[in-house]
Amino acid sequence: MYDWLLFLHVVAAFMVVAGLTAYGVVAFNGTAPVKAALRPALVLWNAGALGVLVFGIWLALDVDAYELWDLWIIAAVVLWLVAGAAGGRLERGLREGDASVNPQLLVGIMTLATTLLLLDMIFKPGA
Amino acid sequence: MLAIVRPDEWNLPLFVHVAGAMAMVAALVVVVSLGGAALRRGDGTVALTRLAYRGLLIGVLPAYVIMRGGAEWIASKAEWGEPTWIGIGYSTADGGLLLAIIATVVAWRATKRGAAGPGGLGRAVVILCGVLLVAYVVAIWAMTTKPD
Repeated sequence: MYDWLLFLHVVAAFMVVAGLTAYGVVAFNGTAPVKAALRPALVLWNAGALGVLVFGIWLALDVDAYELWDLWIIAAVVLWLVAGAAGGRLERGLREGDASVNPQLLVGIMTLATTLLLLDMIFKPGA
Repeated sequence: MLAIVRPDEWNLPLFVHVAGAMAMVAALVVVVSLGGAALRRGDGTVALTRLAYRGLLIGVLPAYVIMRGGAEWIASKAEWGEPTWIGIGYSTADGGLLLAIIATVVAWRATKRGAAGPGGLGRAVVILCGVLLVAYVVAIWAMTTKPD
């Protein structure tokens, strides 16, 4: 059970990074043809984020050594919320052409939060 | 249960390995997206074909080096022997490099077709990258479930 949950959790994390990279290409390139990457970005980012959370919490419940209130798990949830909020704002901004949205800044925030999430998952501070 | 009891000294090499693998897979996904869009022959076909080529050259190949370097780094610290999952990892990595290089060369050739569109060369790039993505999902399965 643990192995399969970890596999699905990691695949979801790969999807998040793929979605983020596709968003990055759209945000930093900005030309019309590159908007082709917008739909895969949207699908991968959202499906991956949901999968990471669901399978991550499932793992935490399944493994005796982990508790949902462990520092590194709480940090992961906070970082997930930060990345998700920035991603939601970016998604709306790109879809509606909202000039008040800074796509590069939002992708930067998403990248920072996702990198910290990966560091948190591997180093597990406080575990 | 390896991940739960992993020694602390493996963490940094594992981070490098996983970050490289994530970047490589992400770049492949972008190449497939842009290459697939270029095949539809709408506006911007030339730009999309060129971007797909750049994605392979400055995205997939450098990320591969980081992933593979991280793998060697962690392998130098661990004494795993030759279990099946390590064999799957090496096979997909080494075979994947060959396919990635071929895809990069084919993508470069596709950029030379200009406004004629990427044609069969572009289709080959998308197929090669799709095969690589499937292989890397198998590699992720092997790395996480660690079959003996």
